[in-house]
Amino acid sequence: METSDIGYWSVPLAMIGGAIRVSTPFIFVSLGETITERSGRVNIGLEGILVFGAMSAYAVAVMTDSPWLGLAAAFCAGVCFGLLHGWICKFPRVNDIAIGIALMLFGTGLAFFFGKAFIQPSAPHLPAISLGFWSDSPQIRSALDVNALFILGGALALFLSYAFRSTRIGLVLRIVGDSSDAARAMGIDPDRVRLIATGVGGGLAAIGGGYLSLYYPGSWSESISSGQGLMAVALVVFARWSPPGCFLAALLFGGAGALGPALQSIGVTQGYYLFYAAPYALTLAIMIATSSPGRTLAGAPGELSITR
Amino acid sequence: MVEATSEMRATRNGSRFARAAIAGVARRAEPIVIASGALIAGLLLFSLFLLALGKSPAQFFELMWRGGFGSWFSAQNMLTRAAPLLLAGLCVALPARLGLIVIGGEGAIVLGGLAAAAIGTALEPAPAPIVIAAMALCAMLAGGVWIGAIGALRHYRAVNETISGLLMGYIAIALMNHLVEGPLRDPASLNKPSTTPLAEAVRIGAIPGTDVHWGLVVGVVACFIAWALIEKTTWGFSARIAGGNLRAAQIQGLPVGALITGFCALAGAFAGLGGMIEVAAVQGSANASLAAGYGYTGVLVAFLARQNPLAMIPIAMLLGGVAAAGGLIQRRMDLPDATTLVLQGTIFLVILFSETLYGRFDIFHPERWTKEQ
Repeated sequence: METSDIGYWSVPLAMIGGAIRVSTPFIFVSLGETITERSGRVNIGLEGILVFGAMSAYAVAVMTDSPWLGLAAAFCAGVCFGLLHGWICKFPRVNDIAIGIALMLFGTGLAFFFGKAFIQPSAPHLPAISLGFWSDSPQIRSALDVNALFILGGALALFLSYAFRSTRIGLVLRIVGDSSDAARAMGIDPDRVRLIATGVGGGLAAIGGGYLSLYYPGSWSESISSGQGLMAVALVVFARWSPPGCFLAALLFGGAGALGPALQSIGVTQGYYLFYAAPYALTLAIMIATSSPGRTLAGAPGELSITR
Repeated sequence: MVEATSEMRATRNGSRFARAAIAGVARRAEPIVIASGALIAGLLLFSLFLLALGKSPAQFFELMWRGGFGSWFSAQNMLTRAAPLLLAGLCVALPARLGLIVIGGEGAIVLGGLAAAAIGTALEPAPAPIVIAAMALCAMLAGGVWIGAIGALRHYRAVNETISGLLMGYIAIALMNHLVEGPLRDPASLNKPSTTPLAEAVRIGAIPGTDVHWGLVVGVVACFIAWALIEKTTWGFSARIAGGNLRAAQIQGLPVGALITGFCALAGAFAGLGGMIEVAAVQGSANASLAAGYGYTGVLVAFLARQNPLAMIPIAMLLGGVAAAGGLIQRRMDLPDATTLVLQGTIFLVILFSETLYGRFDIFHPERWTKEQ
């Protein structure tokens, strides 16, 4: 049998496959958060937007029979939530982190409210691209079944990296993030830039949610998110606000998340729940290792409240 | 001539005293008026949401009154649900006085409950008061270490406390699942893995004449202790200085690191105690029901009360009533159980938004009243 042939090699293989599958929502949420944070604001509420995105993508996919329309709906809903966050934070003395917590509650609540009716019906899945066609081994084939969104996420990371560096919009975004005063002196309205950046960030986070409900695990339930939206916020700090860094960090997190199921598949069930905590512990360890008192992090936008 | 001036001075002194009194009232009225106004605005927004769905807001609030407050039965239900919210809210309110947004209360509740259940079954044959005291102590220790670590990481390693708190919440739940499914599992609990049930003698009972357990009294007392600590002690004063301006506190030579770690540890101890009460008064053993979201509702309680422990008591009762009425509303109006989540989220957003209104209304400004004409 094929499984016995590759034996323990199935663990790293399952982890690679798992990393690709699990990391996609991290990629989209963290890229969205990177855009928002580069403009000088933190949106912790992406967790709530992700859950609402998962619900709206699934609901629209069920109703229209098209997963892509579902994703588009999720994007629009996410933009609305992002704009809400951006608009409220425009006012003085409003704390962006606290608003994020409220948005988490609000988005999750609305998603559960409207999602009740969609727990039963099944929606069409997003298509996967088979990159393992050259191999006879079913494990390799299943590990390399890559969803289109993963590739899209990678392309988006490269594009954003280019856009931040060499486009006018990217430059404006970075100026606003580094100093509101400098931006105002140049005639840029920081609040408007942040509003748009938070809106786009919310839209990307919702696409991450749509991936969860339309591909992996591929159904809508109230426990669909296990904190991906939150971990992605920490991941952005770890990636030093660099889009390709976010992509790689998301893969690392996905691999950590796939460790438990991969070990379970070869019969190691001891401490399953501890392996389940691996991505959270990894995030925390990385945050402890990379943060430091007394100096701001390299690459941190100057207006960001989270690193002050 | 001389008499006239002294008379004028006397009236001016008198009116100055009156003006100072009005100024004081105006200053105190500001948070109450703005917070109540925001609460009403939140309820109005939620009514619009219901109207858009073709449901009657009047029926909703009528059912909420009936299910949460209207009768002795529903009031007891409300008080029972308010009890854990008080302790969970303190876990947010205390660090908030130092300028920290800690939302890891859920983790401290879970670990506190787990520690209490473990020590409670381990000490089984000992006299009940000793076991209960040990359970409370262990729960407070577990919660205190957990949240204290978040504060220490914040101060000594500059790790953002909001994110680390949430992550540690997930780690705590995974740790509990591991222990409850494995080493601490009662073999008799088949469908719902739990620790061995506590003996009847060490369970926390009801306040005589009611169905409300003693946890409510513990919660209210804890709120008064926290209030006295913040408002009436040097530590609380130092903490408020550090929360207002960290640099100034450091220059004054205040032990900022110890204050942050200590306040966070105390906050975690309160939440851990909440977990112990949940185990000893409600569940009877530690299981997955401990992670029921009290930690997150506690965030709402603390923010609605503007981090004032005494104001948290009526707010916790209000939210306890909303939770108590949830079932009735769900059945009568055919609304999903997430309706209360939507209501909470709406109120939360509006309350945070109302922060921007402070200082905008001239009528609350003390100087408007003390200014000489």
